[in-house]
Amino acid sequence: MNRRQFVKRAVGGSAALLAAQAVASNSSGLRDFDSYVSSKKSGWAVEAPDVLTPLENVTNYNNFYEFGMDKSDPAQYASAMTLDPWSIRVSSDGGKTVDVQFEDLLRAMDLEERIYRLRCVEAWSMVIPWLGFPLADLIRWLDPQENYRFVHFQTRYTRSEMRGTRSFSSVIDWPYQEALRMDEAMNTLSFIAVGLYGKSLPAQNGAPLRLVVPWKYGFKSIKSIASIHFTNRQPETSWQAIAPHEYGFYANVNPEVDHPRWSQRYERRLPSSLFNPNRIPTQMFNGYGEYVADLYKNLNLRRYY
Amino acid sequence: MLSFVGLALATVQNQLGPDPVKQLALLTGNRGFQFLLLSLLISPLAQLLAAPYLIQWRRPAGLWAFYFLSLHLLVFAQGYIGWSWVILIEELIERPYISVGALAWVLLVPLALTSTRAARLKLGASWAILHRLVYVVAVLGCLHLIWQVRSDWINAGVYTLICVLIAGSRYRNALRF
Ligand code: HEM
Repeated sequence: MNRRQFVKRAVGGSAALLAAQAVASNSSGLRDFDSYVSSKKSGWAVEAPDVLTPLENVTNYNNFYEFGMDKSDPAQYASAMTLDPWSIRVSSDGGKTVDVQFEDLLRAMDLEERIYRLRCVEAWSMVIPWLGFPLADLIRWLDPQENYRFVHFQTRYTRSEMRGTRSFSSVIDWPYQEALRMDEAMNTLSFIAVGLYGKSLPAQNGAPLRLVVPWKYGFKSIKSIASIHFTNRQPETSWQAIAPHEYGFYANVNPEVDHPRWSQRYERRLPSSLFNPNRIPTQMFNGYGEYVADLYKNLNLRRYY
Repeated sequence: MLSFVGLALATVQNQLGPDPVKQLALLTGNRGFQFLLLSLLISPLAQLLAAPYLIQWRRPAGLWAFYFLSLHLLVFAQGYIGWSWVILIEELIERPYISVGALAWVLLVPLALTSTRAARLKLGASWAILHRLVYVVAVLGCLHLIWQVRSDWINAGVYTLICVLIAGSRYRNALRF
């Protein structure tokens, strides 16, 4: 080995070492879940032509306006959010209010892995291996007593920890809110994720727990849930409040109904590049029609977008 | 110079994250608009500072604006609509922010073409009138941004404010045809 080769290797070696350390310190805050049902066993493995979106993209390209408008802001600033302890306020129109500790909830649930497509209303999409449990299991465990028609979620709102919420030019009325009809919530697809790629959720992906409803545009899949309310009145959701003609309550992925800003007929499957934008046609209900189409058989999807 | 920017864009390719198409659209749109405003600011600045030599920068600023906005259009054609005429027409009809953006770019074309010294001499007085179109382009650019506002108006707000300020400082000239 001559000197130049040696130097090259030494540099390469230390770069590899640095990279290894970076990974270790990145993941040090994340917990491993040692026992869960794998996606192969849960029945939600990745199916061709879908390909998993690399972890690096899933965790560095996020919309989480509480932490800023840029896609890279959440990865940079979401670590300011206090995740432990985390409690969720659970209430209903008629019943009492209780605070549920995230740890207690987690202990009560059986974890499984599910690989879902995520379609953002901005016309990009990813394929993500989530870790979590069906929302239906959580609702049964929370036991709302009566048959309410809707379930309403709110994201944590802590001004001091969320720089995006302090922006004077934002018109979002915090906290961020989303809601599902109860039959949508009880659908087998509706999922609460507490992790991805085998580890707990990074803050920017909505730690410690978030909703995942893969047949709806991404903004329905509310992050960092701080409260759950069962109600009979249809709740107003955040984007609906800002622009009702652009964002509906349902927000089902639908290539036939255009958004005034983005054609919904195609999507860029990430990672994409300039020379190969990876544009693919968008599927009705993001390809999950067999599970959810029945929910809407009496609904005019053009009117109720 | 062209190749320099092309290279710069190519190198940032890998650093633009998983959705470079969008990042490039934002980058080229913003740079283009910034150069456009710069070109508009040069005349009032030259007057204000009594520094006529600043005027020599007006033409390059305008051309850089045209250059970046043409890249903006290319990124849109390649990344957003995949060179499909059908989709282009649909976008122009259905999305007013796209149609005003496109109109703004179209209006810039004759300005770029007549930016040479020879064209300027040939056109004489009509050159100055023609080049006032740049104010129309700026207004359309603002509309293009205002129509894009979703939950945060800061970007559109700042550009529009600067346009209003420039227009305010120039309105007397505008009356002098
Ligand atoms: C040639 C026709 C044009 C088309 C098709 C077009 C299209 C677009 C699109 C699709 C976006 C949104 C990118 C996204 O959020 O996904 C955008 C952003 C932008 N455009 Fe254009 N545009 C055009 C002309 C112009 C012109 C003439 C200007 C400036 C005078 C301009 C300035 C901008 C700026 C500054 C942004 C970024 C806004 C932001 O930062 O949020 N565009 N354009």
